[in-house]
Amino acid sequence: MSPLDHKLLRDLWRMKGQAIAIGIVIAVGVAMLVMMSGLVTSLNETRAAYYERYRLADVFAPVTRAPDRLVQRLAAIEGVSAVEPRVIGGALIDLEGADVPVQAQAVSLPDLRTPRLNDVFLSDGRMIDSDRTDEILLLQSFANAQGLRPGDRISATMNGARRSFRIVGLAQSPEFLYTTAPGEIIPDDARFGVIWMSRSALAAAYDMEGAFNEALLSLSRGANEDAVLDAVDRILDAYGGTGAYPLADQISNRFLSQEIIGLEASAVGVPPIFLAVAAFLLYIVINRMVQSEREEIGLMKAFGYTNSEVGAHYFKLVMAIAIGGALAGCLLGIAGGRALTQFYTDYFKFPFLVFQLDPASFVSGVSVSILSASVGGLMVLRSVFALTPATAMRAPAPADYSRTGKMGRWLNAWLDQPSRMVLRRITRQPGRMAGAMIGIACGMALSASMITIYAGFDRTVDLTFNVIDRSDVTVSFTHAASESTIFELRRMPGVTLVEPVRHVPAVLRNGLNTYRGVVTGLSAQARLFRALDSDLAEIPLGERGIVLSTALADILDIRPGEMLTVEVREGRQPDLQIPVTAVAESLLGSPAYMNLDALNRALREPGRVSGAYLSIDQARAREIYRELQNMPTVAGVSLKSDAEAAFLTLMNTGAGAIRYVMGAIAFVITFGIVYNAARIAYAERIRDLASLRVIGFTKAETAFVLLGELAVVTLLALPFGGALGYYLSFGIAAGFSNELYQIPVVFDLASYGFAGMVVIGAAIASGWLVKRDIDRADLVLALKTRE
Amino acid sequence: MKKNIFSTKGLTKVYGEGHSAVHALRGVDLDIPEGEIVVLLGPSGSGKSTLLNIIGGLDRATDGDAFFQDRNLSDMTDRELTRYRRDHVGFVFQFYNLMPSLTAHENVELVTEIARDPMDPGDALNIVGLRDRVDHFPAQLSGGEQQRVAIARAVAKNPTVLFCDEPTGALDSTTGRSVLKVLRDVNEKLGATVLIVTHAASQAAMADRVIHFADGSVREIVVNETKLTPEEIDW
Repeated sequence: MSPLDHKLLRDLWRMKGQAIAIGIVIAVGVAMLVMMSGLVTSLNETRAAYYERYRLADVFAPVTRAPDRLVQRLAAIEGVSAVEPRVIGGALIDLEGADVPVQAQAVSLPDLRTPRLNDVFLSDGRMIDSDRTDEILLLQSFANAQGLRPGDRISATMNGARRSFRIVGLAQSPEFLYTTAPGEIIPDDARFGVIWMSRSALAAAYDMEGAFNEALLSLSRGANEDAVLDAVDRILDAYGGTGAYPLADQISNRFLSQEIIGLEASAVGVPPIFLAVAAFLLYIVINRMVQSEREEIGLMKAFGYTNSEVGAHYFKLVMAIAIGGALAGCLLGIAGGRALTQFYTDYFKFPFLVFQLDPASFVSGVSVSILSASVGGLMVLRSVFALTPATAMRAPAPADYSRTGKMGRWLNAWLDQPSRMVLRRITRQPGRMAGAMIGIACGMALSASMITIYAGFDRTVDLTFNVIDRSDVTVSFTHAASESTIFELRRMPGVTLVEPVRHVPAVLRNGLNTYRGVVTGLSAQARLFRALDSDLAEIPLGERGIVLSTALADILDIRPGEMLTVEVREGRQPDLQIPVTAVAESLLGSPAYMNLDALNRALREPGRVSGAYLSIDQARAREIYRELQNMPTVAGVSLKSDAEAAFLTLMNTGAGAIRYVMGAIAFVITFGIVYNAARIAYAERIRDLASLRVIGFTKAETAFVLLGELAVVTLLALPFGGALGYYLSFGIAAGFSNELYQIPVVFDLASYGFAGMVVIGAAIASGWLVKRDIDRADLVLALKTRE
Repeated sequence: MKKNIFSTKGLTKVYGEGHSAVHALRGVDLDIPEGEIVVLLGPSGSGKSTLLNIIGGLDRATDGDAFFQDRNLSDMTDRELTRYRRDHVGFVFQFYNLMPSLTAHENVELVTEIARDPMDPGDALNIVGLRDRVDHFPAQLSGGEQQRVAIARAVAKNPTVLFCDEPTGALDSTTGRSVLKVLRDVNEKLGATVLIVTHAASQAAMADRVIHFADGSVREIVVNETKLTPEEIDW
């Protein structure tokens, strides 16, 4: 090992505090990149493997009642590789002690064989015996949420008849990763169940012997999906087909995709911002560090080392820190990615995990670190090389402050000497101070934007559940019922307000952009559930036109005044041309609103409702729920409080949960930046500070000279960082928004105040750490060193 | 009989431990009378700077006592040592240690702001002959001028004692002489005790008392009956 390498190791050891502080910032930036891309890659891989292993269908074709012989015709469609007919049906599960019955979907499994498509993963118990009509498998997440186990019995109402079943096993299925009750948007394990039972038993319950009401199809490689969908629709049309749809539109898959896309957006958008901040900081720190090595560089040159040898030596030092940090970041990223993937695997209910890392993230993380460190080091080395050894070694002339002497003379009357020192240092080296300030401002921006995002999530919940939806209970009917049902609800004691609603499934089309969703008909004088514009003013739902949510208008790329095609997927299934009249503020889902009467007229089904919003007297809630349960037209009752809780769970455990990880990382980076700024300032001034102590300044008075500078720079950085954070938060909010929910950028002073407190807190903590060093500094030693 | 401003009893300073321990001071017993110019002379590593640092309140002894007037510096807390430096001690260093961001006048004010009984900063600069350069920053002053500002800063508080560690070490002979002259003036006009650490033996000629150091001990103390002026010193 050459003496220079020995020196390198000793130098690293000597500056370990600073080196570690820089390394951590780099590490965290790189870790974020590796972790997020690893998470997204792993989730996509796991999902693909799960879908493939359990043969999830590519096409779902619901139909009213189709005879089994159609299966051959479906299988003969070009591009179709397998067909599985099945029977599905809505059910209500009665649970002991529950106020409202739980909605469920019953799904058939073929008798005496495994399903060709949409197989299930048996996680507990055994498979059903096809001969026993009372045996069922229950969706594991639902069973867990309700505390049900194999061997338990439950009773359920199917097609109007109440029956008792024995749970023999618990199952998971790629088809039901997310479960949402019909008419609801937010998935909730506890409030929607899936029951699997034998085809023969289920067919008997729903009068489907020799027939099916849903066909599952898989496609061969390279098949034309649209052509298959058209062909399926043509075959099933006469039997009440409501339109085949691809896996992409399947509800569970769509939510899952949205969540993964949400994570992907944050993985693509956010880590580079963090890494850029880390890289910038690295540049500044390296720059100042090499500057302080000036004398040693002169000495080495005096010994006869060439510029390139000296350069290589310092380059190695810089690289050791940068690469060390980057590698630590990779390891941290792998560990973090694995932990996060495990978390999301549980959350998405994947029965297994395929952990895979994205090599590109390592390459870009490490190279960005090396690049920024190199640039920082080289820029400074260049200026140091320009010095002759003699100049570099001579006791440096005191830094020239004469230019600052003129300015602020009137200020001098006000300021004592230590304050003047603080002020002059800032004004003399505006570039260096600006560097420190921008660094801290970046920290402020990261914190402010993350806290703004937190506020945005709160805003989404508040707007959705307190402003737009002011009901207490939502009731959905088994079918589009007549208005008399509404009158019946109004007569119920304890019900203070009832508002009809009609949900109509439809495909919305604007040119090439389509969206499979629901058109919601609201009454003209709605008070419980309203369409609101961005100023939260009510949008009147007129006789003509449709109002789209901002998210939906974006998906369809349509503006008010343009015509929208609405392909209704219910009843007569008409195709309607409706003008878009307004865009509504909605942060949950992608709703489309119409006047209820206008909607019914367009469908030529006057006076039909599919559900109602209720406002009730809470004191009589139980009584009301019991009565609702006894109404034959009521398919489901959901409480807004449950929905809100489910939504919070979704945002706090799904893709949204990553905001806490990012918030923590933002804090680490913010702290790293502030601490580094304080450390460097200290390293540069150690001799001045020791001199002050020697001439009789107390520890506190001495610390003021250094920390005053940090305080001024920090305070200047706050407004600048706040502004930067405001713009940054748009990018981050977009990263967190998806089709399921949107996160707005809320300009709320409290968030910025809190972010400011975080930065000031970091500054105080850093100041305290550095002050400890000032207090401990060896005065004699500091005086002997010549700057 | 003059009173002693400093006296030490068995003053010991050890750096490091075990085999690598370095004995910088080995039980020094010493009395320094007030109002004198005292030169501490010796090769580097002989312990003279260590002694200066301890009685100047910058460092602590490993063992033994160091009295300033009748107060034991070894018993003082950090806070009391700071107070001691602030009220009684002026320092002059080889590399001046001025604040680059403050003008000559302000560098002196830095001390007068916190001192108990300071002189006017202008008067202090007058003593060192820098009346015309008060608004200059250190970068605009020569080495000798910077050292004179440092002396002005040290004397402006009306110190009881002035410590100078190689005050002329970085200066040429002419500038060096003028700095020594200033130190002598301070001693004569203000009555401050002046302790000069140097390894330039010729400067001993201007002292009232010369203390020779070797291997962490006092080897010899010489009292000059006749002192030379700084101008008369061989450089």
